[in-house]
Amino acid sequence: MKKVEFTAAPVSSSVMPIVFDSSLCVGCGRCASVCQVDILLPDAGKGNHPLVMYPGECYYCGSCVMACPVEGAIRLRHPLMNQTRFVEIEK
Amino acid sequence: MEYVWPYANEMDREEQLFADVLVLGGGMAGCYAAIAAARRGKQVILVEKGATVRSGAAGSGFDHWESACTNPCSKVTAEEIANAYIHEQDGYSNGIAHYIECEEGWHRLKDMEAFGGKIRDTEGEFAGADFRDEKTGLLFAYDYENKFTIRVWGSTFKPALYKELQRQGVTVCDRTEATALLVKEEEGKKRGIGALGMDVHTGKFKIFTARTTVLAMSRPARVWLFDADQVGLCEFRPTQSIGSGHAMGYRAGMEFTMMEKSVQGEFSAAGRSFPPYSTGNNHNTWYAATMVDARGVEIPYVDRDGRELKTVRERYYPAKGQKFFLKGGVIDNPKYEYRGPETLAFDELMRRGYQLPFYADLSKMPEEERRVIWGMMVGEEGKTKIPVLQNLTRRGFDPVRHRLQSYGTGWQSAAFLPQERQLFGAPGGIFHDWNLETNIAGIYAAGDQLYASDCCGFAAATGYYAGRKAAASCGRYTLETPEREEILREKERLYAPLFVEEGMDWRELNKAIAKAMQNYCGGVKNDMLLRQGLELLDSYETDFVPRLACRNPHELMRTHEVLDILTVSRLILQACLLRKSSSAPLCFARSDYPETDPTKDDCFITIWQEAGEIRSRRVPKDYYGDVKSGYEAHNQDYREEAASYEKG
Repeated sequence: MKKVEFTAAPVSSSVMPIVFDSSLCVGCGRCASVCQVDILLPDAGKGNHPLVMYPGECYYCGSCVMACPVEGAIRLRHPLMNQTRFVEIEK
Repeated sequence: MEYVWPYANEMDREEQLFADVLVLGGGMAGCYAAIAAARRGKQVILVEKGATVRSGAAGSGFDHWESACTNPCSKVTAEEIANAYIHEQDGYSNGIAHYIECEEGWHRLKDMEAFGGKIRDTEGEFAGADFRDEKTGLLFAYDYENKFTIRVWGSTFKPALYKELQRQGVTVCDRTEATALLVKEEEGKKRGIGALGMDVHTGKFKIFTARTTVLAMSRPARVWLFDADQVGLCEFRPTQSIGSGHAMGYRAGMEFTMMEKSVQGEFSAAGRSFPPYSTGNNHNTWYAATMVDARGVEIPYVDRDGRELKTVRERYYPAKGQKFFLKGGVIDNPKYEYRGPETLAFDELMRRGYQLPFYADLSKMPEEERRVIWGMMVGEEGKTKIPVLQNLTRRGFDPVRHRLQSYGTGWQSAAFLPQERQLFGAPGGIFHDWNLETNIAGIYAAGDQLYASDCCGFAAATGYYAGRKAAASCGRYTLETPEREEILREKERLYAPLFVEEGMDWRELNKAIAKAMQNYCGGVKNDMLLRQGLELLDSYETDFVPRLACRNPHELMRTHEVLDILTVSRLILQACLLRKSSSAPLCFARSDYPETDPTKDDCFITIWQEAGEIRSRRVPKDYYGDVKSGYEAHNQDYREEAASYEKG
């Protein structure tokens, strides 16, 4: 089989499900290795957080957050339209 | 900005692997299948497209295990519940698989506990609660009288299974998509000899040769519902679970049934609905939450006779004179016999002056009922621990102080159009015998690949069962060398989009298929529409599939998925053409054959491909016979193992 060079560029999506805090991330890559949809790509720089290459494919399962060793280094958030409303119970 | 692909480029490489038992799919069913075969001393390979430690619909968790009828607290038998499911679904049910689930589900939970998963309240977190058995620490859901649905800490399950796979020496091939079954003709009968696949990081081609194979690759999705912007929210199950196992099977000549069944959409968080279990409701995870209307007035629960229930406790017990009730995954509007407590019907609420929007109000429930819904169930159910429980808590939601909104008129918080359909509520799948063996000798099926499948307990129980049957028949088969020509054909098919420049993105084709299926296979079907739909999909195959283009193995995997969605869509259209009448239990309406459920069509209609032709046969709905005696006749070799699970 003839070889073709592989390239990648982030595929745009109207939502950004996953946000990293670079000051907290230790770059262990656990989030990328558990993601069953494989939307994160390791970044070449040592200690950098992975790149969210395919944000639209996120299944919002939260496994990346569960695998993260540092509280707050990775945040998962549902799109604005899916933020359920709640109200105070009047006494 | 372009990035360098971070993984090696191995598209010019091939790897050949050999196994006694090859398991395709590493979700609940696949993991249990692999463990069953490994326990019997077999060399096992498990192939998983994602990462087994968290993959599949139960990857990040699940909160209740249905039909565990042999648990020590259960007051029902496997036979009672399996037959109730069959009756509830008017016989369009999988009696074999449901009986296996009812009989062996508890065994798989005991296995899970031994692997390190949490199945009981060991810390006494819910001590004294009505749903807790004080002796065993087991927590029950739905019917507290009969105790056959168990609340579990499902977020601990996949990591525990993964550890056990490694302990048992199973070769786990993560990030590997299975793309084709290898089948050989022997004396006019087909036999499975392995599978082909590709590493979705490096592009390496893989050839798996095996004595027997278990297919456990979920069910089709993204057939009618597709959102190119939020692909991962289109459907209920994971992004990559789109029915590749069905497509591979259909291409190889596998027999399916009930593929004409589809239901009006229930979940698509990319549009009409919210993420499952993230809104106020009173179903499944949230059963039996207190609901209130816009004014804060409590919505009454009634028993099957319409008698208003006065206490929260009564919502969890059968009606007077009723042995048990059914609730859960595939149970929507059950027959009187199995109907449990439910809130008043929406129309009746409107008549009585209740006002929208409704809310779930857990503050009105006993403390332990509130805590078990918000904190355990919402938390352990898949996709709830972080995206629902943690996020809503961060936003300030407190179930004692707040009400969580429900949208629209029902528990799904959405109203879909008739043409927005899904394979949900015990849909069609692979037809099989009492060994869960398919019509292709040596290939077994489990979990969501089986027809009329439902929940996680079903996946685990049928997975283990298929694994042990595949192990038992290993000795009958030798390892075969696949035809080189077949391998080359598959390689050409798989890699083609990498060589296309300025081509079409896979999303465009998926969107086109979904729109075609909405137009030609919607709420009302007829021969003309179905045939035109097939013609359109044929033209996509000939004219547009060759134009698909991508840049790396990840995008190639997504492209392959759409090719599988195209195959499955044709399977569905062909299956619809075969049933020349309408059917209520199959949610199947035809304008050219409006007669509903006539006796002549009161059967399973199966479908498979042979030499490029569509073949079909009619099978009585009770082809598997009496479930209890059928099970016993085929599982004498499991009796000793079964007995070891029967204590506590």
